[in-house]
Amino acid sequence: MLQLRNLTKSYSNERRVLDRLSWTFEPGEFVAIMGDSGVGKSTLLNLIAGLDQPDPGEEPAIIVDGTPLASLDDDAATRLRRARMGFIFQAFHVLPHLTLQQNVALPLLLNGLPQGRELEMLDAVGLGGRGHDYPHQLSGGEMQRVAIARALVHRPALVLADEPTGNLDPDTANSILQLLHQELKSSGATTIMVTHSPAAAARADKILRLTKNGLKVTTVVNPATQ
Amino acid sequence: MSHMPAPPPRNWSGWLFAAALMVLVIASFATLSLKLGDLFTIEAMHSMADFLAGFAPPEMASGFLRKTGIATIETLAMSALGTLLAVAGGLLLAIPGAGRFGRAPRAVVRGMLNVLRSIPELVWASILLVAAGLGPFAGTMALAAHTAGVLGRLFADALENAPPLPEQSLRLNGATPMAAFLYATLPQTLPQMLSYTLYRWENNIRAAAVLGVVGAGGLGQMLKYHLSLFQMERAATVILAMLLLVAVVDALSFALRRSLTR
Amino acid sequence: MHNVPAVPLSPHHPDPAWRQRLATIAIGVALLWPLVVATEFYPWTLFDLQSLTATWRFLSDFLHPTHDAEFLAMVAREAWKTVAIATCGLTLALLGAIPATLVVTERLSISRLGTGRIATFPRIVRQLVRWLLVLLRSVPELVWALLFVRIFSLGPTAGVLAIALTYAGMLGKVYAEILESTDHHASEVLLQNGSGRLAALLYGALPEAASELVSYTVYRWECAIRGSVIMGFVGAGGLGQSMDQSTKNLVGGEVATMLIVFVLLVAAADLVSKYLRRRLG
Repeated sequence: MLQLRNLTKSYSNERRVLDRLSWTFEPGEFVAIMGDSGVGKSTLLNLIAGLDQPDPGEEPAIIVDGTPLASLDDDAATRLRRARMGFIFQAFHVLPHLTLQQNVALPLLLNGLPQGRELEMLDAVGLGGRGHDYPHQLSGGEMQRVAIARALVHRPALVLADEPTGNLDPDTANSILQLLHQELKSSGATTIMVTHSPAAAARADKILRLTKNGLKVTTVVNPATQ
Repeated sequence: MSHMPAPPPRNWSGWLFAAALMVLVIASFATLSLKLGDLFTIEAMHSMADFLAGFAPPEMASGFLRKTGIATIETLAMSALGTLLAVAGGLLLAIPGAGRFGRAPRAVVRGMLNVLRSIPELVWASILLVAAGLGPFAGTMALAAHTAGVLGRLFADALENAPPLPEQSLRLNGATPMAAFLYATLPQTLPQMLSYTLYRWENNIRAAAVLGVVGAGGLGQMLKYHLSLFQMERAATVILAMLLLVAVVDALSFALRRSLTR
Repeated sequence: MHNVPAVPLSPHHPDPAWRQRLATIAIGVALLWPLVVATEFYPWTLFDLQSLTATWRFLSDFLHPTHDAEFLAMVAREAWKTVAIATCGLTLALLGAIPATLVVTERLSISRLGTGRIATFPRIVRQLVRWLLVLLRSVPELVWALLFVRIFSLGPTAGVLAIALTYAGMLGKVYAEILESTDHHASEVLLQNGSGRLAALLYGALPEAASELVSYTVYRWECAIRGSVIMGFVGAGGLGQSMDQSTKNLVGGEVATMLIVFVLLVAAADLVSKYLRRRLG
């Protein structure tokens, strides 16, 4: 589903954040990536999302579903994100001036898909009757649920999550993670979740650790998916 | 005991400034040779009193009131249409003006906006009259030109200062840049832009009222006409109509702006 | 195994709100029509042959601003006259505004001491003066200028008086507001201990409010310069009157030069104003 080949990323001061990273993510697997602060987890996610470019190299460094990202121009990359990916990024939250229902329906609108599934998704995340509320009326945990609903409503093949339980208290975090796991398993999307929290990581099939030497499997939680 | 600290240095700049001011004021009065003293002679007082008396009672004949009414509508329409055109123009210019197409276009457009808004409406009107002839068309365009400069700059600043997250969020989810702008940034900044627009409309109704004195139609043109014929009662009616119109538009704008922020 | 349907990577996506937008536009056009008619908004008249040639010649003259020495000297003189009109007008406005402020400011009310409410007669006087200020402000400057040109014939006197009256109204109102909004303590103490109004103002209220007052006054001076150019168009002298004449004579080159000088003048006044406000604020 997603292949990384000798992925390298340096910043302007020539500091190499990612150095010849290679990995293959299988379709349908739920992977957690942990690591120290500053090691480049978010950078990795941004590169996969196409929000940032890897250092140029001989071969394409990121291949999503058979398509090298580097071969796509801005428009095509936009379309790919729109149709094939779902995002649960902490900062890029719900749009404040739209209702919950409109927020969740956004990926459907952008892809020209028929509406309706957003209501199912809101139900699935436990916010069934609140479609007409606005984000400012929600708690942090509820907003995360909306983010999950939005990320999955258009059945993306690849879901990227950056600290989905970042600001939440343990109980709320727990129920969010449970929800996430449930939804991801039923949709069968490949999921990459960056997190600091061991509890969150424990929900995944596989836990990887990112260090300056690259990615390494530390724990296989659910061998059945191997 | 006599070890007092040295006195602080005398601040001469304050005195210098006051002196410069004096020079400016005196030079101004000298250049203009105003003969204000003449104002206060008995004859001057008499002729002023006569002049002012000529205003009362304001002309109330129904035929004239109807003409005034039409001119009022013309003035109102001028201000409304001029403001609307300015909003369209301002919005279009605000997009490059907010840097959406790069730094060079931004600088160019900002320069254009500055020129548009530095030239007062009346000066625009006087120039546009050459092209458009007498009448409210020139007035409308003059208001549109000047206000487009003002609103364009205000809109551009609002767009630049809008929090970027919602738009980035949309782009992340795969919206085209245009869609992200239309669905995130624009709705965010719309209330503020509407407020600016209403505020400019208040200003434009006053401007529209007086633009007519150079021939751009409406109440202003009527005023100049009747004053030039020394028809003071009619001029008085026109002035009253102006004051009424301005008060009504002010109240309307205030009410609309308040309902926006609630 | 995954049940991911292939979403087509289509090159465009429909605007979901298009029906709404179309309806809004239709309503807008319907409302717009009467406006267009009322303002004789016929842009095609711009393009009929006669006006096109005249316009073209006028506008192309703009590309050759007149710059012979005699003309430039005249423009410089007129520009100075404009500044002079603004300065004189503002000075006279101050002469009117300061007493008005003293009357209107409730803080300086002696009858208010102790009871906190102003006695009837002073209150009536205050209200009358307030209304006078509103009247002075509401009539557009240009209308005042027109009237004064009728009385005093063409020339800067009309402009100076028009500015004096309107700006007295504006300054009076804003000065009173500034004095109301700054800290009351000093002036109250002085009044309670029996000082006269003027002393209370000078020693109590003024030091606090001075920088705001001066800042506003300088800003108004800048506005007055623009105002006097505009008033020139009805005969009140200065740069505006010359611009009006050159436009009527269709001498585009002269108008262009004067426009440039005007923009520079306004920019210069803006700079001076910003500098002063920063130094004094």
